[in-house]
Amino acid sequence: MNDIAKKLLKEVSGLDEMPKGAYNIRENSKSVARQSSENIEIVSKEDKSGIDIIVKPNTKSENVFIPALVSCSGVHDLVYNDFFIGENADITIIAGCGVSTGDSCDGSEHNGIHRFFLGKNSKVRYVEKHIGEGTGTGKRVIDPVTEVIQEEGSYMEMETTQIKGVDSTRRFTTAKLKDGAKLVIKEKLMTHGEQFAESKFEVDMDGEDSSVNLISRSVARDYSRQTFISKINGNTRCMGHSECDAIIMDHGVVSAIPEITANSLDATLIHEAAIGKIAGDQMIKLMTLGLTEGEAEAKIIDGFLN
Amino acid sequence: MLKLENISFEVENEKEILKDVNLIIEKGKFIAITGPNGGGKSTLARIISGVLKPTKGKITFYGEDITNLSITERAQRGISFGFQQPVRFKGITVHDLVNIAKGEDLSVMDASHYLSEVGLCAKDYIHRELNDGLSGGEIKRIEIATIIARNTKLSIFDEPEAGIDLWSFNHLIDIFMKMHQSKENSIVIISHQERILDVADEIIAMVDGVIVKRGAKESVLPELLHCEDPKNCLNCHDILEA
Repeated sequence: MNDIAKKLLKEVSGLDEMPKGAYNIRENSKSVARQSSENIEIVSKEDKSGIDIIVKPNTKSENVFIPALVSCSGVHDLVYNDFFIGENADITIIAGCGVSTGDSCDGSEHNGIHRFFLGKNSKVRYVEKHIGEGTGTGKRVIDPVTEVIQEEGSYMEMETTQIKGVDSTRRFTTAKLKDGAKLVIKEKLMTHGEQFAESKFEVDMDGEDSSVNLISRSVARDYSRQTFISKINGNTRCMGHSECDAIIMDHGVVSAIPEITANSLDATLIHEAAIGKIAGDQMIKLMTLGLTEGEAEAKIIDGFLN
Repeated sequence: MLKLENISFEVENEKEILKDVNLIIEKGKFIAITGPNGGGKSTLARIISGVLKPTKGKITFYGEDITNLSITERAQRGISFGFQQPVRFKGITVHDLVNIAKGEDLSVMDASHYLSEVGLCAKDYIHRELNDGLSGGEIKRIEIATIIARNTKLSIFDEPEAGIDLWSFNHLIDIFMKMHQSKENSIVIISHQERILDVADEIIAMVDGVIVKRGAKESVLPELLHCEDPKNCLNCHDILEA
């Protein structure tokens, strides 16, 4: 692994060295390091590029690292990762993708197609960070597709973060929830320059007492554009909530497009959206505490995306 | 220490909010500014802290002309301003705000000290976000804690009692008295509360953008309220508490 890849690895997953337990590190469309653990098995797919991550039932408090790195330009990576989470398991998945194009004018792309199958009463925390780096004009593109199928009583929490350097992202997440299943998605996004980011969610709450909570916080700077589309279908007694909170700066543009459909009298669905520039009184308050205008703005943004 | 000379503030096509105000706040003084709503008290506080720029006049602070200094520069020179309606922030915690106010990264224990000062159980609040989850009284007390943490030469509070319950209000008086023990730092409080007026060294009465009277409470209130005995007058009491 070269220095660029090591740096990307550190940034997307916090790893300085190979972790304990199960991991799979993908670099430039190939798996470069892998380890299974007693409870978590990682195997290559036979028909296409990607891996199956199989978690035994009742596995507790284990981490799986599956970072994907693109450390040079001209790479168009497409990977299929499937996660099979056994009943009652409770694990954390640290994913993430770093794309570096150096000073090249050729772009690079990573498209991860992830499917999660959560067994009954299992619990998954999924943490994913996207980073783009490079000084050249080559476009860095990350288009993740995520599909989540949750069995009865399962819980999934997804935290996705993309703070800088990715020129274009189209994220598409779908989920189907059975009885008592709960899905929480926290998305943090900051776009610069002329970047574009679209985040689209489609969630079907098919099981009684299932619930979903989508929380998006984003900042659009310069001439960047963002679109947040949340489509939630409440098909039975269930609870759905989506929230898009965005700060626009410079010439940034943000659209929030909710579509909440109650197909049952017992479905409770809420969408909230707030888009606007940083409130003037927030800036003034921090300046009366001694911060400069620039420092105040940075604090407000850092806190908002924290 | 703080000197305002011929300060006027005018909003285009509207009335003059401050009219040729002259004021000196000496070192170590505790001054209360009172008067009817719309009299220019909050505008005066905002002019001193730099949130508003006067249309005429000069402000000096410890001999330096600060008329054209920014909010930040005035804050850095030792002026603090507690808002009447504290600002809320998504994602910024109470601990973060105390750190910003203090200008250094405090441990949880050190930051908690300032919350205890304003009667908040620190462990319940230190990690809370300054968002809509906090009540008006809670965020007000946190606002006051940040001013205590700054410990600056001049602290201005705009109606600190607003939104604070009675129990906290009693505690608030103690906080100001404690701050007033410093002979170096001055406190200016805009207030209608008689209890605050009671403990101030001097009272300034503002009506229609003009300082109409300055002095001890006994001499100021009768003139402000056009009443010989405001302390025992129900009408005056209502006006003061409004």
